[in-house]
Amino acid sequence: MMPPVQISVNVNGAARSYDAEPRTLLVQYLREQCGLTGTKVGCDTSSCGACTVLVDGESVKSCTMLAVQADGSDVTTIEGLASGGEWHPVQQAFHEYHGLQCGYCTAGMVLAAVSFLEENPSPSERDVRLGLEGNLCRCTGYHNIVQSVLAAAETMRAAR
Amino acid sequence: MIPAAFDYVRAGSADEAAALLAEHGDEAKLLAGGMSLLPLMKLRLAVPSVLVDVGRLDDLKYVREDGESIAIGALTRHRELETSDLLAKRCGVLRAVAAEVGDNQVRHRGTIGGSVAHGDPASDLPAVLLALDAELVARGRSGERVLSASEFFRGFLETALEPDELLTEIRVPTPGPDGYDYQKFNRRAQDWAIVGSLAVRVDGHTNVALVNMAPTPLRAIAVEQALASGASVVDAAAQAAEGTEAMGDVNASVEYREHLARVLTRRALEAAARP
Repeated sequence: MMPPVQISVNVNGAARSYDAEPRTLLVQYLREQCGLTGTKVGCDTSSCGACTVLVDGESVKSCTMLAVQADGSDVTTIEGLASGGEWHPVQQAFHEYHGLQCGYCTAGMVLAAVSFLEENPSPSERDVRLGLEGNLCRCTGYHNIVQSVLAAAETMRAAR
Repeated sequence: MIPAAFDYVRAGSADEAAALLAEHGDEAKLLAGGMSLLPLMKLRLAVPSVLVDVGRLDDLKYVREDGESIAIGALTRHRELETSDLLAKRCGVLRAVAAEVGDNQVRHRGTIGGSVAHGDPASDLPAVLLALDAELVARGRSGERVLSASEFFRGFLETALEPDELLTEIRVPTPGPDGYDYQKFNRRAQDWAIVGSLAVRVDGHTNVALVNMAPTPLRAIAVEQALASGASVVDAAAQAAEGTEAMGDVNASVEYREHLARVLTRRALEAAARP
């Protein structure tokens, strides 16, 4: 079988490059090679969205993407969302509106919301629910998650 | 879960991909967005020894006018379809159904060509191609050929593509401003359709395609014929399970799927008939 290949990804603004087998999943690359364990593996079958990260600014499920497919891309994980000591507005809103219970889905939920608000800056509540259909919360804490995303949308619109 | 080991090759062109397929035969699989293939590989239901990555063939990512049709590159992502201004003007049904595929994350990665070539009868987009009598362009070592949607889907996860061929383009005749509606029944918003029914009005008649009612997507011929001979929507929709070969599974029995096909088809026909 094929020897490991070099996979270079710009993760949270830092150039990373590791040798990995082509079958390495992006989530493994991030957790095990980059040491960024904020990205969680939930269902491992692209249903739950806990592993959501941004690849070139768009949400993807990193358990269902090969690291080699992200070669040369910009990847943002939950560790890279805050800047200059300031939380991203979506993180701030999840904090203020208690958009989490056990927290396991939160990193994926936040990144899915960041991508969604980039595409839909003025969503209705229904838009938010549909926009996050790929992310499951086992605590069923959807009410506050949706309120958080709506609040973040408002903050982000005001800042534009 | 991690896929079994494979050799990875990144194709630089469609022709190179076809040559690699010809070289490796049944051992090779094409990787586009990976939204269908990677889950199968993680479960080891697919164990290709060579993965030919066509995901970076940017010249196969487009939605453009081509005479009376819209031509769509096989590697165009669902996200591009659901936000396409050209589709909004010329083929709203394809744009609307693309927005029903999976979830945002899946639509950011998944491609129309990958979805169609996978040949899953539970997929949404093949219903549109069938209902609009779309054409599919396949490229192999011996050149290009054009297949009709009606001859493309052969069986469960089986298409008319030869082992050395890849799907490069989909040509969709534009149905004009007539009505359409897609009814997708599932338990969770992101899930595959348990049953789906698509109704599209084209040039004064109505075409109906069913999702997950047979080993392939299929046209509801009995419904279309009933409508053409003047039957009411209710009477025509009652024929929706005619000629289907639904499977029973954990989500639904055969009888329940047949019931859903009739109900969803009636709803789709009613919605498509509204001005």
